Amino acid sequence: MNLKISALEFVQEVQNGNISAEDFVAKTLERIQNIDEKLHAFLSVNEDAVNQAREIDKKIKSGNKVGACFGMPISIKDNMCIKNSKTTCASKMLENYVSPYDATVITKLKEQDAVFVGKVNLDEFAMGLTTEFSAFGASKNPWNTEYVPGGSSGGSAVSVSAFECVASLGSDTGGSVRNPASFCSVVGYKPTYGLISRYGLISYANSIEQIGPITRTVKDTAFMLNIISGLDPNDNTTVDNKNEDYLSGIDSGIEGKKIGIIKEMIGEGIDPTVLSATKDAISKLETLGATCEEVSLDMVKYSVAAYYTITATEAGSNLARFDNLRYGYDFSVEGYEFNSYISKARQKFGPEVTRRMIIGGFVPSAGHAGKYFLKALKVKNKLTREINEAFKKFDLLIAPTVPILPFKIGEKIDDPVSLFQIDINTVTANLTGKPAISVPFAISNGLPIGIQLFTDSMQDKLLLQAAYALEQTVSLPEVPI
Amino acid sequence: MTKIGLEIHCQLTNLESKLFCSCKANYREFEINENICPICMGLPGSLPRLNQEAVKKATIIAMALNCTIPDKIAFFRKNYFYPDLPKNFQITQLNIYGDTSIGGTGSIMVGDKKIKITRIQLEEDPGRLIYEGSSSKNLITLVDYNRAGTPLVEIVTEPDFENPKQVREFLNILSDLLENLGVSDPSLDGAMRADANVSIEGGKKVEIKNIGSFHDLEKATIFEITRQESLHSRNIAIIQETRHWDEQRKITVSSRSKEEDLDYRYFLEGDIPWVKIDPEIQKELKSQMPESINSKKERYISQFDIPTQVASVLSSDKFYSDLFEVSHTKSNAKEIANIITTDLMGLVDTREKREESKITAKHLTDLTDSIQSGKISRNSAKNALYEIVKTGKDLSQVITELDLGNVSDESELLHIIREVISEESQAVLEAKSNPQTINYLVGKVMQKTKGKADPTLTLDLLKKQIG
Repeated sequence: MNLKISALEFVQEVQNGNISAEDFVAKTLERIQNIDEKLHAFLSVNEDAVNQAREIDKKIKSGNKVGACFGMPISIKDNMCIKNSKTTCASKMLENYVSPYDATVITKLKEQDAVFVGKVNLDEFAMGLTTEFSAFGASKNPWNTEYVPGGSSGGSAVSVSAFECVASLGSDTGGSVRNPASFCSVVGYKPTYGLISRYGLISYANSIEQIGPITRTVKDTAFMLNIISGLDPNDNTTVDNKNEDYLSGIDSGIEGKKIGIIKEMIGEGIDPTVLSATKDAISKLETLGATCEEVSLDMVKYSVAAYYTITATEAGSNLARFDNLRYGYDFSVEGYEFNSYISKARQKFGPEVTRRMIIGGFVPSAGHAGKYFLKALKVKNKLTREINEAFKKFDLLIAPTVPILPFKIGEKIDDPVSLFQIDINTVTANLTGKPAISVPFAISNGLPIGIQLFTDSMQDKLLLQAAYALEQTVSLPEVPI
Repeated sequence: MTKIGLEIHCQLTNLESKLFCSCKANYREFEINENICPICMGLPGSLPRLNQEAVKKATIIAMALNCTIPDKIAFFRKNYFYPDLPKNFQITQLNIYGDTSIGGTGSIMVGDKKIKITRIQLEEDPGRLIYEGSSSKNLITLVDYNRAGTPLVEIVTEPDFENPKQVREFLNILSDLLENLGVSDPSLDGAMRADANVSIEGGKKVEIKNIGSFHDLEKATIFEITRQESLHSRNIAIIQETRHWDEQRKITVSSRSKEEDLDYRYFLEGDIPWVKIDPEIQKELKSQMPESINSKKERYISQFDIPTQVASVLSSDKFYSDLFEVSHTKSNAKEIANIITTDLMGLVDTREKREESKITAKHLTDLTDSIQSGKISRNSAKNALYEIVKTGKDLSQVITELDLGNVSDESELLHIIREVISEESQAVLEAKSNPQTINYLVGKVMQKTKGKADPTLTLDLLKKQIG
């Protein structure tokens, strides 16, 4: 059986009776069994997945109404809650935490008969961009297992790229979906803020993060978005997309569209191969009838600093609840008073989370907020004004997803500041709430390069149309695993 | 000059659900940790879902206290670690980054004194800590989260009070007002709590926390003023500090914790978008607002000629004024007001008695009808009322069962009158020349009938008999 098919192809094949969901899911689990030791995408595997797929096959055979996923095997980043299953955030703090409820995206996928094959790896609490900060060990890039797969949704990108599932959900706070998608040569999409409910996503920096699909094709992303987007009474920040169909008209093309090339994202520090891939993408888009021209977003140069200041502040607050008093790991309160117990219990946080907690305690504190946190908010507002201005002139913006190629595991782990700088091209979408997508575009010396497109808020449909057009211009080799 | 300012926490007890989830706002009826869900327990991944009704109720309070209302409100996180706080931050409101709290400056009159309101904010109540163990060595803290996330309105006043008496008067007016607005039941345990800031001439401000009832608040302020004055008279400096009210010993104790130094790292709660307080919604809320206590009082006096004292008592208590509003007519209003303020109040003077009471507005209407038509005497009415409050039975049934009906049968009454005339010959003689004496004879008839004789008829018959 061929596991190397897209989500839409899977649906087609099951619908036509060429394959059964049960067989496909069983084969998928087998592949996970065989290759995941090398990749370490999965933190836990759903032992009941084959049975669930069998039930869906029964529904199909009996002619009952079947959900749009037809038993499609999907992996979920382990910071989203699935009822009665472990949700660890790749942290020792939540090593045995079992969620008593489903995230909204999980409820929606269940209703459409998706099968969750397992929970996948991430940097602890989604803080990182290499998946090396997982408390349970790094994931490996299937294109070259000595290299990082990107992060923090590294497990999601690896599992889709290596055919350990058909699609995955990641979360993107500063590029955490797009970065690993770029490094693993899959599609990664961060929607307009509020388009997908965050209820059940364990917050890192709640004011800017979104859940986003990681898929093999742009069409698959549109398919997933159709299922998981929309208003949710459980998330007051969701926006009404009026049940938009993102698949219809996805091949509309980009003729006549104006595309701005973000100057600050192709400048200093960019890898020459990444730059030449970007130029190639631009010329291909022009061939398709778009006009491209450079645009400057001056605030981008402060965006990484603002991003880390804001995210550390929110993380400091969001992760405060992990005091081990109501849930957590086995550690008796005997002999402690509150504060000493809480501070002792929180020593289970890993080094990167601890680093950001310390920053998060400092930058918004009395006497320092004006210099750091409030200034970061000003940058965020100014950057938003700049990009809004740019969208008056351009339909789309373009930049490489990551300015550099994937690097070796361990290569940068001791240099947090240089790691932070890699986020320069992705954080803008989060700080401004705009949608952005990474499309696989080139392979350089066996390592993938992704191109990123942006649109204005709620123009996600246009974004997917442009991404589809770009995707059609290239034919990339298959992952060598 | 003594200055006192207050921070009053009032639970919106009349709401159906908590501030950010669908658990019950009325947490008091639950077993420990039963009124909880992933949201109010702050479980990983849960998000607050704002209760729009709570925003409306808080808006009503702000309007009733004459506060400015912003176009839109925001929520903030107040970050600190404490076991009663499931998320280790409290979602509250703040005015330091612009007026985004539900109520801005306002004021309320306490007698002739104007008390200024600094702001009003909507926030979540934490859980409840329960301490067990006999000494500090084996002290265990247990947490009940049933209360966590229930809607709370904090009312902050300027330090406008000059003495504890003004504080007490203000709190009485405020709690009547909140009850009248239908937003809270102040008689519920813990529904109203307060902190006080107290300073005397030449001294620093001292904050007193942990005052569990309004009654204790007055005591705490009296104690604190005395303490500060005593320090001052001995030339000892009064330092700025936070003190806790010790409920058992009835004194304030310096809080050794560094609470006042805590840095709450306030920032916007991104999970709750700004809420527009539309002028249209404000107008609608205003139109739905119940009549104010003052306006009721004025109306009772001018429309029904009810004495000021009675009108004042009647209007300030929602339980009584609600009964009055439904039961009264133009002709019986005064009588009903009397029954409520003299008889009923003595029968249902506690919260428990009110809850158990079976009295309805119809009972009151029936009672006054019967008194006015001479069916029963005022005295019997009082007895009937006692029975009605207890059992809820119809007035007619109560009259029959307890034999309270007036004796209005002429021949029966005549029989009794003749008895009295023969027994009281001296008085009868006097009555012929002095009409006042006839009242004495009426009283004798009443005695014989245990107060059930129809007074008008008795007088008529007596006059005829004496001639």
